[in-house]
Formats: sequence, structure tokens, C-alpha cells
Amino acid sequence: MTDKLNVNDLENEAIHIFREVVAQFERPVLLFSGGKDSITLVRLAEKAFYPAKIPFPLMHIDTGHNFPETIEFRDRLVEELGVELIVRNVQDSIDQGKVVEESGRYSSRNTLQTTTLLDAIEEFKFDACIGGARRDEEKARAKERIFSVRDDFGQWDEKNQRPELFDMLNGQIDLGQNVRVFPISNWTELDVWSYIEQEDLEIPSIYFAHQRDTFVRDGMIWTSSEHVYKDEEEVVDNRMVRFRTVGDMSCTAAVMSNAATISEVVAEIRDSKISERGARIDDKRSEAAMEKRKQQGYF
Amino acid sequence: MKVLKIATAGSVDDGKSTLIGRLLYDTNSLTEDKLEAIERSSKSKGYDYLDFSLATDGLVAEREQGITIDVAHIYFSTSTKSYIIADTPGHVEYTRNMVTGASTSQASIILVDARHGVIEQTYRHFFINNLLRVKDIIVTVNKMDLVDFSQEKYEAIKADFMKLAAKSDYNEQNITFIPVSALKGDNIVEKSDNMPWYDGQTVLEHLELLDTGDIYTKGKLRFPIQNIIRPKTEEYHDFRAYAGKVYGEDISVGDSVVVLPSMKKSTVKKIHFYDKQFSSAPHGSSISIELEHDINVSRGDMIVKENELPLVEKEITATVTWMDNKSLSTGSVYVMQHGVNKILAKVSSINHKVETDFSGVEKNILSLEMNDIASVTFKLNKPIFGDKFKENRANGAFILLDKNNNNTSGVGFIE
Repeated sequence: MTDKLNVNDLENEAIHIFREVVAQFERPVLLFSGGKDSITLVRLAEKAFYPAKIPFPLMHIDTGHNFPETIEFRDRLVEELGVELIVRNVQDSIDQGKVVEESGRYSSRNTLQTTTLLDAIEEFKFDACIGGARRDEEKARAKERIFSVRDDFGQWDEKNQRPELFDMLNGQIDLGQNVRVFPISNWTELDVWSYIEQEDLEIPSIYFAHQRDTFVRDGMIWTSSEHVYKDEEEVVDNRMVRFRTVGDMSCTAAVMSNAATISEVVAEIRDSKISERGARIDDKRSEAAMEKRKQQGYF
Repeated sequence: MKVLKIATAGSVDDGKSTLIGRLLYDTNSLTEDKLEAIERSSKSKGYDYLDFSLATDGLVAEREQGITIDVAHIYFSTSTKSYIIADTPGHVEYTRNMVTGASTSQASIILVDARHGVIEQTYRHFFINNLLRVKDIIVTVNKMDLVDFSQEKYEAIKADFMKLAAKSDYNEQNITFIPVSALKGDNIVEKSDNMPWYDGQTVLEHLELLDTGDIYTKGKLRFPIQNIIRPKTEEYHDFRAYAGKVYGEDISVGDSVVVLPSMKKSTVKKIHFYDKQFSSAPHGSSISIELEHDINVSRGDMIVKENELPLVEKEITATVTWMDNKSLSTGSVYVMQHGVNKILAKVSSINHKVETDFSGVEKNILSLEMNDIASVTFKLNKPIFGDKFKENRANGAFILLDKNNNNTSGVGFIE
């Protein structure tokens, strides 16, 4: 009580952004994947409105190909927080004939998520979707605004973005438009991990080293699973691995690791020679893979 | 970890992206996969050196045209600091991006090509950094390798720049000159063997010593209210706190304060950050506070210390940078967003246009076009709780929103 508050610049910036979202929008939602970035967002949202509960629901777009550890974790966290969780399934979009399942060696449900997401935004009339994307992840994301306006079709017009000056956020939109909000835009992967360590946040077990059946393709370690296409000649081995990002199984590669605790993970990231998205199979499709997906409404 | 935000400014082909790429490369901030991508792409284009601009130009159109269109943010860190670089395009038509990048930066790197010296663009870059009160300016005289690392050339450019700096009205600004070759790596991170006559710091050495205090440190306490926290749960039945970010000097428990616009007086009772209480909080803190008295406070109101009132005016004059294709003219009405407060503002007069090369002002202006900078007087539908930008960077700026398409059309600095 006698202390002067010690400020963490990035944390305070994120809290400021959360408070602007709640003040400027009627129906915000936090897009929750169960990954470390969205877990960090949840803690920041708690801090922004404490002792009140988080004043918006969480939404998970479930590809159906997620790691079971992530789903268990998600359900437990939501129960502890006492917030509403909305789940919308890519499988439903496939069943309704809105999207077609990819097939073959690099098939993934990752891009199919966009349709399910846009449908959910329309269903619930969300005007602000809060996400954990960071500018350091990928070069198209480096151009992203904190309040990023999307049109009726969820599209990103990257060449015509609103300038963002000082810390003033312009959330005025027309009916039918929505805004994607990125409170941890300015955080790096290491910042996120350091924060998880500082706050002692619980995260899904797949972020820590564990034994897993995997196979190697294109120099990356793929999970062996019924959801991941595998050639017969590709050999499965049990390896000590962990995941640096948690997407769906078909687009997230593992890394060899013995890091079993948060502090070991932080040390590993600090010394890492490979970027986080270096293990994202979806980004390797082309140099502009992310930019193309974003134009179509992806996160 | 402390964060230092830096903006970069340079003309086309001054080697801005190369300088940033070099900073990343020499601090081991480029990971293997990113480096491989750069090597691959440089090779396929037939270059005989690594093209670091490929690390920063993120959009397809940028890579195709070899130019930077939009502000990109680049991150790297050393053992002492995290750095965020706002890489802003240098074309004349992109003044708005430079203003945007500089608005969040504590320091700015201005590039000058050693072969061309101080040119009109340099004037504009320096002008904008002045207008935005960016405290630390690092003038990197680049491509020294192409002028045989000539001290004479460097000193001449330095002298030209100082003549320009003499026209500035911002005396607290620190200007530092460093001769570099971004392509070859001289004086970026490593000291150059090619310029024994230069005994100053490298770019990184200089950045490491800069103050990371954020850009809102200066000036009197301003606490604009973002939200009212009312949990409405049994445990916190009557709890009512005001959430916002602290600008300027510290706020402390026991401070005598005034709430604008009601002018009601009270005292700070408690300062909360998450589940803990503190006796005081510095600039930049996103806190919530409780007041001793039960008074009516809503979003957009501002809490200040007694005897430290800001301007409370229904007419203000500001230097405006226009950022929209639709021009601004007398009589137009905009939404003025001042921090978290929104006010309707009608343009009552355009007083004069300011030339960004320090050559003076142009009168009898009928409208403002994209990238124009001008003195504009506005009539407001309710008072603004502002400060002069030169005295209080945080509380002296506003943005102008187009009522029809909601675009952020301009930014103003209260005169």
C-alpha cells in the first residue's frame, strides 16, 4: 500500500487498449485459441476491469483438429473465470457446404477457419474481435493497426489503413463493419513468455517438452495423428518435443526440446535461432501467405 | 524491460531499410529462417550483397516496387532494452505516415545520403520531428563508403544540418551526428576502422544510452477517464472506481483533485492496479482510482490536480496535419477526438499554411489537401480540456474524424 506502482510499458498499453474497446464498442468478443497469446490476453483483460469480471465473452473457432490438451485447458480456464465461452466449429461449415475440406499432403483446416469466423461475427453481430496477433510474428502483421477495420466481407484493405497517432484509437465504424483489435501488437514472443513467467499463468501442457509420435517432412517435425496426412514412407518416431505456437495439428510443427518449465522455455526462446512462425507450416505456402489470408478475413 | 520507440526517416534510396536490417543483423536479431529467406530472395534478384530491406517490406506491392508504402513495426532487443522501430516511408506524399510514426516515438533516426547531403526532404523530416517534439534526433550520414569515408564531406553535411537546426524553436532537442555505411556495417553496431577520425558512438551505442521515459512524461498530471468500474457483485456491492491512464506527473493517494467539466473537488482515496493498491502511480500507468467523495464522473471527464487546470476552451487554434484525400475547408464539421473525449468541431478559419522546409507561411488558404500542415481555428460544441502541445505532448494533440466515413482525417497540435 505504501509502494509506488512499477510500470510495465507493454502491459499498461494493452490494458489501455482493452478499456478503449469496452468503451467504444457494443459487442466485443475475445477470440480465444487456447494458445499462449490468447491466454496472455485473458490475464490482461482481467487486469483492465478488476474487480469486475471480464465484460465480454470468449469465442473459439474450433477446427476439430486441435490438440485435446488445448481443449481441456480452454474449458477449465473458462470455468475458473466465470465468463461465457462461444464455440463455433469448422466441421459445421463443412457440413453446410460452405467450405470444402482440403485433401492431400499439405491439407489443413487452417484457412477454412475464416468462413466459420466471419459467419460467427455475423451471427452474434460482434463489432470488435480482440485477437492475440503480434507485429513481430510475420511481416504482413508488422503493418497491422491496433484497431484494424474490416469491411462487410471481413476483408483487410492493407493499403488504405487509418493512421494511428499517439495512443488515440479511432473505433468509429459503419453498420456491418467490424474492427479487429490487437492489444499485444507491440509484444515479442519473448515478451509474452516473460509475462507468462511473471504472472505464473497456467498454459496447455503441449508447450512443454513431452514424448510424442512425430515424423519429419521438409525439415519440420509433424505430429502423427489421424488429422494429419502422412505418406506411407514417412517414418513415425517417438521424439522429445514441444510446441512454440498452438494452431491446429495440421499447421503447427513441433520443435525438439527438453524445456520442461516456464523458465527453461524462456531461456530456450532467448537463445533460439529460428523464429516462432518458422514452425508454422501455413506460412511456408508462399512469401505472401499471411497477407493473402488476412485480405480474406483471417486473423 | 524498458521499451524505446524509434522512428526512421529518409528519402527513397537513402538506405533506411538497409540500416534497419543491419541493426537487426549485427545484434543477431534475425533468426536463421528469416536470414535464409533474405539470402534466397537476394540471390534470385541477382544482387551480390544481402538486401536487408526484404526483412522490413512486408506487403507484396512493396516488394514488387522495392519501396515502403506503409508504416511497419520492427522489434529487436539487447540485454538492456527492447526496441520498436517505426519504419516510415520517405516519399513526399507520405507525410502522414511520418507524422504517425513520430507520434509514438521518443527518438528519430534521420538518414542523409553522404553523396547528396542535406536536401529538401531532410528539411521536411526534421520539420516533422520538430513539430512532434521528438526529443532525440540521430542524423546518420549514410553511404560514407561511396565518398571514400571523407571527413570533409561529413563535416560539411553536419554544418548544413546545424544551419537548419538553428531555425528550430525546440531548444531541448538533442541532435547527434554519426557517419555510417549501413550496407557495410560501419558505425551501426561495430565501430568503423575506415573512419579513424570519428571518435563518437555507433548508432547502437547511442541508442543504448537514451532515456526510455515514455513520450508522455512531460507536463502536469492529466487523468482522462476511460471507464467506470462497477462490478455489481455481492462482494463489491458499492465499489466504484475510475479507470484511465496517467499522463504527466505522478498521481498519489491524498492528492487534492478537480474533476472536469463539473469542477467538483475531491481527494484521491485509493489507487488500484489489478488486485493491489499503491500509494502513487507514475505516467503511463493504466490504473483505476477511487475518490473520497461520491461525485458524478463519466467517460471523457478529466481529473487534474487543484491549481493545475488545463485550458478549458470552446474555441482553439491548432497546427493541423491533413491526412485525407477529401480536403478540409472552412465550415466543415469533424469529430475531434482528444484522448478519449469526443467533441464536435467546426472549422472557423484556416489561418495559414506552414511550409515544411522552414521557409515560412502561406496566407489566404481556402482548403487543406492531403499532407498539408496549417494553422486552423475550430469552434467546439463543448469545451476541450487541452494543453498547448509544446508544454504537454500527451494532452496537446487530437485527431479529426470524418463524420461520413469515420476515417482518421487529420491530427492537430494545440497552439
